[in-house]
Amino acid sequence: MAVDRSDIAKLATLARIQISDEAADEAAKSISDVLALVDQLQAVNTDGVLPMAHPLDAVQRLRADVVTEPNQREAFQAIAPATQDGLYLVPQVIE
Amino acid sequence: MQWETVIGLEVHVQLATKTKIFSGASTAFGAEPNTQACAIDLALPGTLPVANEQAFRFATMFGLAVNAEIGKRSVFERKNYFYPDLPKGYQTTQLAEPIVGAGFVDLELGEGRTKRVRIHHAHLEEDAGKSLHEDFAGMSGIDLNRAGTPLIEVVTEPDMRSAEEAVAFAKKLHSIVTSLEICDGDMSQGSMRFDVNISVRPKGQEKLGTRTETKNLNSFKFMEEAIALEVERQIDVLEDGGKIRQETRLYNGDTKKARSMRSKEDSNDYRYFPCPDLLPVILDDEYIESVRKQMPELPEAKRARFVEQYGLSSYDAGQITMDKFAAAFFEASTKISGEAKLTANWIMADLGAYLNRTEQRIDQSPVTPELLAGLVVRVKDGTLSSKIAKQVFEAICNGEGDADTIIETKGLKQVSDTGALEKIIDDILAANTAQVEGYRAAAEDKRAKMLGFFVGQAMKASKGQANPQALNELLIKKLNG
Amino acid sequence: MHQFTIAELVKGLRNKDFSSTEVTQHYLDRIARLDKTYNSFITVTADIALQQAAAADARLAAGNAPALCGVPIAHKDIFCTTGVRTSCASKMLDKFIAPYNATIVENYLNSGVVMLGKTNMDEFAMGSSNETSWYGPVKNPWAIDCVPGGSSGGSAAAVAAHLAPAATASDTGGSIRQPAALCGLTGIKPTYGRVSRWGMIAFASSLDQAGILSRTAEDAAILLNDMASFDAKDSTCVEREVPDYTADLNKSLKGLRIGVPKEYFGEGLNPNTAQLVEDAIKVYESLGATIHSVSLPHTHLAVPAYYVIAPAECSANLSRFDGVRYGHRCENPKDLNDLYMRSRSEGFGAEVKRRILVGAYALSAGYYDAYYSKAQKVRRLIKQDFVDAFESVDVILGPTSPSPAFQFGSKTKDPVAMYLEDIYTIATNLAGLPGLSIPCGLVDNKPVGLQLIGNFFAEGQLLNAAHQFQQATNFHQQSAPGIE
Repeated sequence: MAVDRSDIAKLATLARIQISDEAADEAAKSISDVLALVDQLQAVNTDGVLPMAHPLDAVQRLRADVVTEPNQREAFQAIAPATQDGLYLVPQVIE
Repeated sequence: MQWETVIGLEVHVQLATKTKIFSGASTAFGAEPNTQACAIDLALPGTLPVANEQAFRFATMFGLAVNAEIGKRSVFERKNYFYPDLPKGYQTTQLAEPIVGAGFVDLELGEGRTKRVRIHHAHLEEDAGKSLHEDFAGMSGIDLNRAGTPLIEVVTEPDMRSAEEAVAFAKKLHSIVTSLEICDGDMSQGSMRFDVNISVRPKGQEKLGTRTETKNLNSFKFMEEAIALEVERQIDVLEDGGKIRQETRLYNGDTKKARSMRSKEDSNDYRYFPCPDLLPVILDDEYIESVRKQMPELPEAKRARFVEQYGLSSYDAGQITMDKFAAAFFEASTKISGEAKLTANWIMADLGAYLNRTEQRIDQSPVTPELLAGLVVRVKDGTLSSKIAKQVFEAICNGEGDADTIIETKGLKQVSDTGALEKIIDDILAANTAQVEGYRAAAEDKRAKMLGFFVGQAMKASKGQANPQALNELLIKKLNG
Repeated sequence: MHQFTIAELVKGLRNKDFSSTEVTQHYLDRIARLDKTYNSFITVTADIALQQAAAADARLAAGNAPALCGVPIAHKDIFCTTGVRTSCASKMLDKFIAPYNATIVENYLNSGVVMLGKTNMDEFAMGSSNETSWYGPVKNPWAIDCVPGGSSGGSAAAVAAHLAPAATASDTGGSIRQPAALCGLTGIKPTYGRVSRWGMIAFASSLDQAGILSRTAEDAAILLNDMASFDAKDSTCVEREVPDYTADLNKSLKGLRIGVPKEYFGEGLNPNTAQLVEDAIKVYESLGATIHSVSLPHTHLAVPAYYVIAPAECSANLSRFDGVRYGHRCENPKDLNDLYMRSRSEGFGAEVKRRILVGAYALSAGYYDAYYSKAQKVRRLIKQDFVDAFESVDVILGPTSPSPAFQFGSKTKDPVAMYLEDIYTIATNLAGLPGLSIPCGLVDNKPVGLQLIGNFFAEGQLLNAAHQFQQATNFHQQSAPGIE
């Protein structure tokens, strides 16, 4: 399956990645190449095969409902780009 | 044209776990911003989720309470979208294999009408943080304390046909989750949030109309108002020959207006896929049975017990058991007074009205089960007339003490003493000779009506403390001479 | 001193032949002097290393120190280290100081292991040549104009250049074994779930596994003993006792059944590489192993399946880098969307962006079944191939990589050619199996790797087979030219 510039634009929006028009053409080509590689999958019959999301057939361990995490706001916000009054700052959110 | 309203609900129920669904950070309400957001909640690189057993226990309880199949294998998926209150850039939720499958809830709507609302499924997921829109020099502030709080999202079939039914369902759901103690039910803090899907169609038409979703309603009142408003809007649009646009709407309870909401995503391609950091959760029959055994009594069962044990009517029992705190109050108070019916009446009538008026919860009311029992006992033994009892109740509400103290200090004891009553009656008859003559001259069937005058006068003279039954008997005896 | 293996360092430290401070200082000096050439470190933690060495010396003097106490190693910069920059070789995390240690870092700290620094890698471990690093490419000590392999190229080059006796690494599709092959080292990727992923910055969660790059299989066994642990913080970490991986190193290989998959010797394999692998098979025969032809019929589908699954997982895993809570944030964002768009576009390199977009595509509405779901089904078929093969053999043997180290820039324009570098290593990640690579000779004076793949949790058996090979050969003792 080949993708074109407009597909790339759509994907870039979904993934929040900026791609210039020139870069979009190049991305479209290289991603089309990758998809051509991946398209080999279509040739194989997988009827009745269950998808395998994990390599081991393991099941989830469940955690006891006990508070284990102390307040580390100061340490965590020391590495934050913009904070005020303990809040992370972002350009105004409009709903 | 006759229109039919079709309503389906999506309800987010915050689970009352101590910690987040995927981290050991506290979920306690009211903490300073971001002091309960740990490395996992903040999606710091290299952190990994581990699922909270209590969230599964609570979800299982809910499933059993709504007669649903429990998903013995449930799988978390990632729902991908960018938003500042969503630190990972995806919400961990369930899609194809949820913890709670199809179920149902039966509603009683009064006057013997009933309604079954089917639950499509309920799934576990994590809550998002909060964006605070106060102005930080043109910026919003993000608090991630709520991020990762466990939720169950309950999705109904579009089975409701009116705001009344939708609200009845919402109240029933509220009573189920609070009775199970899996949610604190505090809607003002967002512990339960309702998204209402509404469409209308010409009566008799089978095909559903285009629906809109009104999001994040956090009170029963707003829900009722928002539905009424949206139904009216849709009918107006359609009757004007317009079309309903599928959209998300926001209702403002203060202005009583709704508006179309800006979409969170340019396009809603959430790219769900199974979360590779979490494995399938497998619950066996033994686990499910152990949860069933631990479940607190459900409203339905409690109601049946109240009819059986206390002789309440089915309707009264239903009313009382709707709120687990009211039910507990009733049982505690009845245990002291031994008067189930009277107690139920007082809770539903005077106490209910008082709590509504003062916006208090029954478990935090100044009127305790003990205080109500004290009052009920004095009504039952004839010390208080029902009229005076209301006065005493008001005094209890005002914190003036228990019933006996108030009766004593205000001298409100009912007068049943024949001598005292005779004195009052004699005085009244003497002062109203014309009326006495009239009464005696009247035909038997007219007399009952005329008696009211004398009763009123006598009550007034006794400052309302006369025992009405004793007074009636004495009056008739004296008038008939 | 830098000729010593980990085993020799352990012994020397215990015998007080030298102190941890001396060894550590020696390596720090070499890094300072030589790493300008290789660019194998992103961050050298000299002060921390010397503090840790002094503490280790004190523990050694006290007499009850753990086996690895005082041994210096380097950590791949994908593992979070408290108070030290953890960049994942990305501009996105250039200023990121992790507030916690990865579990494996913590395990080694508890053992008294000294951290020399954080090694270079492909950005977010996406690459097979170390050319995608924000901090510049790493040079292969064997051939300075060639790549060291990737993504753990810095760890491999550092060990090959004797700037560290061993290094931690991670492997999502061959990122330990391919650099081991290209740099003449021993590299092990354990079974998925054997080693905790907590604090290892995720690329593709269901494929990522931490492991070791070292000079010998014995060193890998010693280091794996402390790296592997059960960790309740990683839901995918397996609750299973960690055996002593050195216990069986000297076991005879008599009767060991080695399977050779015919699919690993097809088109694309360098004939000289193939010859060295054939020679290695003869060594194993001489050691008493029996050789069996096996078939892994879905081998050709491993790379296609991988390049759906890995990008899909990475596209979600890398969404958290949004410029809000940590990491790169663009200057003066004009609105929320601008904050996301520019922070991410400035912070990520071209290959990372490409994989995020491929992943978004594979998961998007209308394509999920054709790509993601299909790839996960094929993944099961690939795993089943191995399960079937392990019915009749104990270990599977083949080349690690199709050819020796290639020149810089020779594959950067063609992502698919680069992806085929991992054609023999990727299937084990999809299946979750352990694999290792050991040197088996030189082609054009560049090392060639022999890959051994074991059954689930058979790391001990793999290390035994590798150690016995190294007892019988001296390929692993060869050093890059110019490395004294």
